[in-house]
Amino acid sequence: MGFETQTLVNMAAYLGGGIAMGSGAIGAAIGEGYTAALANEAVSRNTKLSGDIFKSMLVGQAIAESASIFALVIAILLLFLDIPTTGLLKAAALLGAGICMGFGAIGSGVGSGFPGGQSCKGISRQPKMTGRLTTNMLIGSAVCQTPAIFAIVVALMLMFIDFGDAPLNPTWAALLGAGISTGFAAIGSGCGGGLAAGASCEGIARHPETAGKVTTTMLVGQAVAQTASIFGLLVSFILMFKTYPETSSLSPAMALLGAGISMGFGGIGPGVGNGMAAEGAVRWVARNVDHAGELMRTMLVGQAVSQSTAIYAMVISLVLIFVV
Amino acid sequence: MAIEGADIVKAAAFIGAGISMGFGAIGPGVGEGMAAAKACEAIGKNPEEAGLLTRTMLVGQAVAESTGIYSLVIALLLLFVV
Repeated sequence: MGFETQTLVNMAAYLGGGIAMGSGAIGAAIGEGYTAALANEAVSRNTKLSGDIFKSMLVGQAIAESASIFALVIAILLLFLDIPTTGLLKAAALLGAGICMGFGAIGSGVGSGFPGGQSCKGISRQPKMTGRLTTNMLIGSAVCQTPAIFAIVVALMLMFIDFGDAPLNPTWAALLGAGISTGFAAIGSGCGGGLAAGASCEGIARHPETAGKVTTTMLVGQAVAQTASIFGLLVSFILMFKTYPETSSLSPAMALLGAGISMGFGGIGPGVGNGMAAEGAVRWVARNVDHAGELMRTMLVGQAVSQSTAIYAMVISLVLIFVV
Repeated sequence: MAIEGADIVKAAAFIGAGISMGFGAIGPGVGEGMAAAKACEAIGKNPEEAGLLTRTMLVGQAVAESTGIYSLVIALLLLFVV
């Protein structure tokens, strides 16, 4: 079966568009459902505040939705935009773009659901803190969305940058690997950041006077949790922009694809784990604010150990790209 | 692309290394994170025992790390030895 270049590029575009929207829909739906569930619990506790709780629920859900809107945009672009076809390489790039945005939206969607839900519960508990809870929810959710933003940046780069003069083999695997690396690493960081943000809303609702220290701990914990998706982004950039010698054998291509798989999946666990550590620290800073310094130190030590497998994954990725 | 026997074996080894370290990093990350979270909770409840609690966390995390080290070893073997 001899396929024309344009046929293969169209196949890749449509497959990528389907993956982008199919996977991209998962996260936001789960996150928004979680927010709605906790909002209902909050309303049943304190029906007089149902107006404020409802507003908070809708705002939180809107932020969680944004990651899926990115996925919808990429899917529509892949389906309908007439991207200039400079060669078969574009097919790999378009499929990589779809995978990147589709899976990159999962973590941010799920993660943004946590602060939304916890701020609804918090409003039912402490109506006077509504303003502060909404602020923390917005800040926490915004940090949570950064992996999805990395994913859309990489997806757009894969779609629109002209890789025309690069050799087809092995660059096709590099572009696919670039999509996998950012797309999957974003899952962990998104979920992890959301856990920390949710705990900050819960902590402030229980102990309003600790709001400052709780927010500081949340931001530091979220920043460390984001490093997994930053590693993914770094490996993606290296894969996209390094020049490769033309080769007719399969192993250099598979090395580059393996590099993308290693960093992509390697970012999931540490992202979630760092987020869990941050969640525990933030929760207990609220309950024991005098020992906030000690708790932040323990959180950082624990996160550093949890991060170690992400670093191993990045080392293996870099070895696959540069050494073998 | 003419694919020969030795070449496709190497290709499979590289993909295997990526899968080994990629999937292998998931478990230790989540498990060690849980350990860190509970250590923070324990220190929040009982700050005087911070030293003992931190030591326990680190030992527990080191054991959880072990499967991650196995994955790293297999990945390196696939890259350089096999």
